[in-house]
Amino acid sequence: MSEKKATRVGYGEELVRLGADNDKVVVLDADLSNATMTNAFAKAYPDRFFDCGIAEANMITMAAGLSSTGLIPFCSTFAVFAGRCFEQIRNGVCYPRLNVKIAFTHAGITVGEDGATHQSIEDLALMRSLPGMTVICPCDAVETGRAVRAAVEIDGPVYLRLARLPTTIISQDMPFVVGKANVLREGAKAAIITCGLMVENCLLAADLLAAQGVEVTVVNMHTIKPLDEALVRELAAKMPLFTVEEHSIIGGLGDACAAVVAEHGGRLHKIGINDRFGQSGKPAELLELYGLSPEKIAETVKGKL
Amino acid sequence: MDCTALKSRCNQIRRDIVSMLAAAGSGHPGGSLSSVEMLEALYGYKLHVDPKNPKMPERDRFILSKGHCAPVLYATLANHGFFPKEELLRLRKTGAMLQGHPDKNKIPGVDACSGSLGQGVSVAVGMALGFKHQGLPQRVYTLLGDGECDEGMVWEAFMASAHYHLDNLTILIDWNGLQIDGPNDKVMSLGDFPGKLRAFGLDVIEVQNGNDIEQVIAALDTPVTPGKPRCLLCHTTKGKGVSFMENQASWHGKAPNAEEAAKALSELEAQA
Repeated sequence: MSEKKATRVGYGEELVRLGADNDKVVVLDADLSNATMTNAFAKAYPDRFFDCGIAEANMITMAAGLSSTGLIPFCSTFAVFAGRCFEQIRNGVCYPRLNVKIAFTHAGITVGEDGATHQSIEDLALMRSLPGMTVICPCDAVETGRAVRAAVEIDGPVYLRLARLPTTIISQDMPFVVGKANVLREGAKAAIITCGLMVENCLLAADLLAAQGVEVTVVNMHTIKPLDEALVRELAAKMPLFTVEEHSIIGGLGDACAAVVAEHGGRLHKIGINDRFGQSGKPAELLELYGLSPEKIAETVKGKL
Repeated sequence: MDCTALKSRCNQIRRDIVSMLAAAGSGHPGGSLSSVEMLEALYGYKLHVDPKNPKMPERDRFILSKGHCAPVLYATLANHGFFPKEELLRLRKTGAMLQGHPDKNKIPGVDACSGSLGQGVSVAVGMALGFKHQGLPQRVYTLLGDGECDEGMVWEAFMASAHYHLDNLTILIDWNGLQIDGPNDKVMSLGDFPGKLRAFGLDVIEVQNGNDIEQVIAALDTPVTPGKPRCLLCHTTKGKGVSFMENQASWHGKAPNAEEAAKALSELEAQA
């Protein structure tokens, strides 16, 4: 449990391995390859790396054109620009159902010091609203590698939400099947459904709760769309649900699960960014401030039970 | 070359545009009529395509970036046998094949979902890059409107096409001078348009009359400059062929009623 690695690094490393196995894979970036970590692919396969300059919209629809010629493009930039090129993703990629992979990094408030303009808290909401889009938010660098491989197996658009912050590898022994969540810990008092970097924090929160005699279930819902609705229904029938995400409570994992609970019954409380923007600061301090540290998550769960 | 047959087909395409828009009750006649000769020069002469095998992998690609002018594309495709002409009169109807804007998954011969302005040219750049990267011989053609060039991403796409030396790409621009709200110069001046295109690295040929199919074909046949994307900047007349639509911005996005359609058709028949 000691190695720390960012999901963006896991992405960059897997791309290089993928490039060796599949010569149809090409990578596009918008002048951020040293941050999104596509630079390793660019170095290994310079003829299959296309820098698009600081022009995210054109990157996405160029990728649409590349995929139309039989290539499998991965596009990367910061997740906050999912909004800037949303309409290109909608009309250029999803409507024609093209085989374009969109792997955006630096999602959430753990971007840290760059502040609110660069902290994406709405990309899951945007991407899951698009017909035909698969939306995955891996919990660590190892799961990111599996998600990259799984994305290539899907003939259609996939969005991968990745992070800047190095975090603990926790998924070594987890299976990864798109649309099938992993139950990491079982307890009867409540179930915490989470994704991305919050998986580790929720496991730590579960330890804190257990120390107080509150045993909770923790679910790694790495695929936000298609959601593992069967598991949400099953858990909601037995215990109250909490969703935890490094994203606005509007439109993300919480709302995806809430829709299931609204239809089939149960109780759910959303923990996330409460309809406000982020700010500059150290990632750990921001997580504390926004209620997403292990301690704050445990406190909220206990308070709402 | 003898362009008699192509000119005759241009007249038929214009009549089909008027008929289908009248039947639909909405749509865009002005920019459809202005680009008839460019479409017919492509489908009647230049493109390597097969109407009986529209998905033939080695086909050239054409992307109508100004996708709102779908009627000219559909009428051209139907007249070249990509699908039955009866479909034209079902344009924009619920459940019909012919969508208000081009749809690659519904319509034989259509290779992109275009119509959100600025995106089609970018898709075309990606296609040309993909073919070039794989050493494939297909050429990619795209047609933009002048008003469409207000979109910033058009210039992102132009820049990328020059950066990646896409000499397998031909960008046609329908420069009729009018957009929805009025003349280009009133809505958003394009300034030195040919100069801007050249400054972005395109190999520009200015076609003095883009409604003269012989001029369009001559420009399409001009050998490309190795390493440079080709641009045909075509001066045209919006609403070309229908007297009361010509040079009228008001006919950008309005369908003719039955009376107007009859008048337009009789004018076009007289030109046949």
